Amino acid sequence: MTINGKSKNKSLLRFTTAGSVDDGKSTLIGRLLYDSKSIFEDQMEHIVQSGKRLGREELDLSLLTDGLRAEREQGITIDVAYRYFATPARKFIIADTPGHIQYTRNMVTGASTADLAVILVDARKGVLEQTIRHSYIASLLDIRHIIFCINKMDMVNWSEAIFTSIKSELTLLVKKLDIADVHFIPISAKYGDNVVDRSENMKWYEGKTFLNLIETIEIEKNKNPEKKRFPVQTIIRPHTSEYHDYRGYAGRVAGGVFRPGDEITVLPSLRKSKIKSIDMFGKTLSESIAGDSVAISLDDQIDISRGDMLVASDDIPAISQDINLMMCWFNERPLKVGGKYLIRLNSNEAGCIIKSISYRMNIETLEHDFENRAVKMNDIAHITIKTSKPVFFDTYKKNNITGSMIFIDEGSNETVAAGMIVEE
Amino acid sequence: MININDKQLNELENEAIFVMREVAAQFENKVLLFSGGKDSIVLVHLARKAFWPAKIPFTLMHIDTGHNFEETLKFRDDLAREFGAELIVKKVQDSIDNGRVVEEQGVNASRNKAQSVTLLDAIEELKIDVAIGGGRRDEEKARAKERFFSHRNEFGQWDPKNQRPELWNIFNGRKHQGEHFRVFPISNWTELDVWQYILNENIKLPDLYYTHKRKIFSRNGTYLAWAPFMQLKPTEMVFEADVRCRTIGDITCTGVTLSKADNLEDIIAEIAATRVTERGGRYDDKRSEAAMEDRKKEGYF
Repeated sequence: MTINGKSKNKSLLRFTTAGSVDDGKSTLIGRLLYDSKSIFEDQMEHIVQSGKRLGREELDLSLLTDGLRAEREQGITIDVAYRYFATPARKFIIADTPGHIQYTRNMVTGASTADLAVILVDARKGVLEQTIRHSYIASLLDIRHIIFCINKMDMVNWSEAIFTSIKSELTLLVKKLDIADVHFIPISAKYGDNVVDRSENMKWYEGKTFLNLIETIEIEKNKNPEKKRFPVQTIIRPHTSEYHDYRGYAGRVAGGVFRPGDEITVLPSLRKSKIKSIDMFGKTLSESIAGDSVAISLDDQIDISRGDMLVASDDIPAISQDINLMMCWFNERPLKVGGKYLIRLNSNEAGCIIKSISYRMNIETLEHDFENRAVKMNDIAHITIKTSKPVFFDTYKKNNITGSMIFIDEGSNETVAAGMIVEE
Repeated sequence: MININDKQLNELENEAIFVMREVAAQFENKVLLFSGGKDSIVLVHLARKAFWPAKIPFTLMHIDTGHNFEETLKFRDDLAREFGAELIVKKVQDSIDNGRVVEEQGVNASRNKAQSVTLLDAIEELKIDVAIGGGRRDEEKARAKERFFSHRNEFGQWDPKNQRPELWNIFNGRKHQGEHFRVFPISNWTELDVWQYILNENIKLPDLYYTHKRKIFSRNGTYLAWAPFMQLKPTEMVFEADVRCRTIGDITCTGVTLSKADNLEDIIAEIAATRVTERGGRYDDKRSEAAMEDRKKEGYF
């Protein structure tokens, strides 16, 4: 059922916006919503009134996403704001993330669930440290599509030469990073050039407008189609007469395709069984693929609990207590070698000790710094840890779900870091 | 696969069910905040799907302002009975009677804000460590900032400037004694998603969402339902019209829409064409620039 066929089978695109402070991220989103007529009358009235109160002379579209009082007062984005809009071609979830270095953790939060990253570059300033940092984080998080919007073209006389020069600088940058699909668009978020409508001022640009590009870009949703991975979240035991013996392992498929009759191995016990049924609300499914939340029941009664994983018997992940990873550190207290933290990978939890910091990333040069290895807030480093029990995992590049983890400080309960597992 | 034609709704459903199951696994004393509105009805449906064939592992909790539509309360009781869910009702009137809340006075008086006190008292009294809510990020600008797992300190307060990072779909629900979490499984749903899902899944809603005749009056450009406890300004006239509710909350702050839509297809067409947001008719959000942020910091839903 659809309205005028508008919403039928539209694929969802999750994208994040990043870039330096004041390069117009929130304005771009405001412009996108405004020109695609996704701003409602009461929201419009709100930002007009709010802009007046704050003494803004022109319509300030950033007030649409900067939803916190402190953000509006200071004119900065502190935390990620999520926005939703749809065109006849597609539905979008936007994570508008902060550019300020002190809020990098919020930028990473917004980027961790994105399929695509939009990175803004101020045409007057060119490539800045934050541009490099955010491009690097996007590649680290395995975001495979990046659109660089060279913004504020109105302030550089719509100069093609400036656009070309920034584009070649960025091309050099992405060569150092592992990003498959990169696009460059000259825009003026403030005046709308090449956002929704084609620019009259930059006739030299022949590529797609921003909206047209995000509507048409092909996104590979299932990054891990082959390896069967099913982390168990919780066990469903109904204890009713009708389903007296039912025992369902509830979870979300993290990779591959599961079908009734498939032989699987349970981790960490390494016991084998066959899938009896895959259930969803009274329906028996013939298969379930990555992303599906289902309940799986097995032929044999095996001890399985939260944190365990069902995998293909001929393709099991690494099982180890020693893990290498790239880590983004979020906390004000620096990372300590020898420090103990809790880790959470999927539904699994374990203790860990930080064994070593191999190097720290120098964000300006993208070189490995083996000298100054002190990891402070917002730093990214290569580390090794030892876990309190064997855990099972893939590398992050192979599977974003079974290859990622968070670190929790047991004293404060805060999430202090994000880790992406690497081979070595 | 699952009986939803729409890929995007399917993705949102999978995400919401995943979040519900994380709540079931990570917390002990779990409630689902049930208002009788469509979002909380969808939450109950998602919870049934997440744990089928077992019962919903959450207690339904309703904070009753005493100014609710009769139809909502009946619907609430029927739904809890039908799905065998435990229901707790906490009344704002009790908080007023025992002096925890001073009731607002005047024509714009509402018990909307007072609900936070009743809610936080209930959380403390019943040692609730997680409350699932139907809040959506598309509803309001402060809500657009909220995490799926949203931490509340021992005073029940939200600190929007210092939220925990929330990476991928790994949710950290660890907390100290006395703290709790608010969890929003349908964070990423829009109003239209909710309605399409209700249609696809054939979910029963209170009649208030469909056209009906009701006594209403106009205040500051919004039509409000009339009830005996509502104070009218001298210029305000009560009249009867064909209306339906786009959202359902407390009567004092729920705007109604003039509409003859009596089925879901028509309602969806109406919402797809509207130029005003869902909460545009909510009086509680119009009080100040950061009305929602301020209420949320205090412990509101």
